[in-house]
Amino acid sequence: MPSLAGLFFYMNYKTDNIKRIIVSRPLELDCGQTIKDFHLAYETYGQLNTNKDNAVLVFHALTGDQFASGINPITKREGWWDAAVGPGKAIDTNKYFVICANVLGGCMGTFGPKEINNDTNKPYGLNFPVITIKDMVKAQESLLDHFKIKKLLCALGGSMGGMQLLQFCASFPDRTFSAVPIACSSSHSAQNIALNELARQAIMADPEWSKGNYTDTKSSPKNGLAVARMAGHISYLSESGLQEKFGRKLQEKADYEFSFDADFQVESYLRHQGYSFVDRFDANSYLYITRAMDYFDLSKQYKNGLTEAFKGQKTKFLVISFSSDWLYPTKQSKDIVIALNASGANVAFAEIKTDKGHDSFLVDEPKFLTTIKGFLDSSYEIFRK
Amino acid sequence: MKREFEIIASLLPNDSRVLDIGCGDGTLMKFLSKEKNIDVRGLELNEENIESCISKGLSVIEGNAETELGQFPDKSFDFVVLSQTLQAFYSPVVVLDHLLRIGKSSIVSIPNFGYWKVRCSLLFNGRMPETKSLPYKWYNTPNLHMCTIKDFYELCKNKDIEMKKIIGINNNKTSLIDNNNIKVKNIFSEIGIFLIS
Repeated sequence: MPSLAGLFFYMNYKTDNIKRIIVSRPLELDCGQTIKDFHLAYETYGQLNTNKDNAVLVFHALTGDQFASGINPITKREGWWDAAVGPGKAIDTNKYFVICANVLGGCMGTFGPKEINNDTNKPYGLNFPVITIKDMVKAQESLLDHFKIKKLLCALGGSMGGMQLLQFCASFPDRTFSAVPIACSSSHSAQNIALNELARQAIMADPEWSKGNYTDTKSSPKNGLAVARMAGHISYLSESGLQEKFGRKLQEKADYEFSFDADFQVESYLRHQGYSFVDRFDANSYLYITRAMDYFDLSKQYKNGLTEAFKGQKTKFLVISFSSDWLYPTKQSKDIVIALNASGANVAFAEIKTDKGHDSFLVDEPKFLTTIKGFLDSSYEIFRK
Repeated sequence: MKREFEIIASLLPNDSRVLDIGCGDGTLMKFLSKEKNIDVRGLELNEENIESCISKGLSVIEGNAETELGQFPDKSFDFVVLSQTLQAFYSPVVVLDHLLRIGKSSIVSIPNFGYWKVRCSLLFNGRMPETKSLPYKWYNTPNLHMCTIKDFYELCKNKDIEMKKIIGINNNKTSLIDNNNIKVKNIFSEIGIFLIS
């Protein structure tokens, strides 16, 4: 039963277009703290059938949220995976019941640093416990119980979503029939950590950040968060993709202005990406979630490494990488495939040839979309029998 | 399904674990999984083939057998199948060693360069042979190391590889090959299939 505090949250939020469950089961976090009666925001698309064998769980990436498909009712923008999820799309919501939750530490209704701490009546800020990918996944497992789904047809996730998925399969090996980790890694590389640190430093260097207590000052570290987003955005695109899209084209001008305004289109694009992000994302959440990614090293959780993490897996895997992804390059996906093979798991692997970089899974990339559609539909044929 | 695949399938026991290297569009894999309840995995290089396999529900890994067989543990499959691809590798012997390491047994098929039509083409036309199983020009063939049934037989002998069964195919007809008839079968078989371990 949800606690009174939980009920209060529910009452408070039920008018804001965000669906929530109260996770009343205590969750022991990797950092040692235990949380309970916290809320987890989610969204669903399509209908769960009576056999409950058409459920698909989607894990979002760093800056995503539960609104995968259609129009995000909060930001009024397209859902982050609208290219793949929806009626008649690769993950066809006429056929499948798609669930997506906002991660622990997020800022779209799930328990995160911007939520109010009842003890202080202020947002948690940096008093929020440091969370991990494993903590996120444990929290989301509660959703399956909420919908009384014993086993998912499939779970999919790209980037940090893929990491959550690998953790999910390792921690709960019987809860999904198939799994599609996309453009991800089983442990964050030095380069991955370095890029995240750059983003965090940008946020923390902004005086408005005020050691995470920016809500007191009724402002927020917009500039720092925008720079963090810009750095991230560069890493999501490929060199050739950027070159082809922008080259050295100038932004609505005939010649250089010999100033530091955005002369180049690519500058203007980055500024737009950065500053349109700050309205929808919480800077502290960005710190917490990137930290969770950096701490992720699935092999470290098992004495005999990654192979042991996947030992005895019955799940049918499809690992996907993108040829021009330099953030989570094909090599990292292949390492996952090798470990799955070594543990005797059932694994398929495809590298999609594209110049769209790490972001390929979020955009309309036909080869990628037909591959996941083929996998999902054929998995359903096997699973429903 | 082509005759060669029918024979390979007949050599594989039900419910076994099979790795199909260079599995193409998954025709053989699909048959093995559906008709013989074989737990089958594939390795394939061609992107379109991989997409086709995945949409058939087959577990295929994109990769190059020349460089990526190392990822499969020792004796992790009952059988490893390599159909008409050995001659296309830079180092056929290295690949062969991997097959024998990964599988308890292996099935290797080769387009026979000793087939009479191949011999005639070179002898009478003086041109590089082009046949049903070797449909390439000399300048675009992927086949780097062509061999005859006898050549492969000798290689296995020299490497102490046990040849449990050798089958020749000629015009969809099959015949068993052994030490006594290999000279003749090397002329009249278009494809040779070796069950080795």
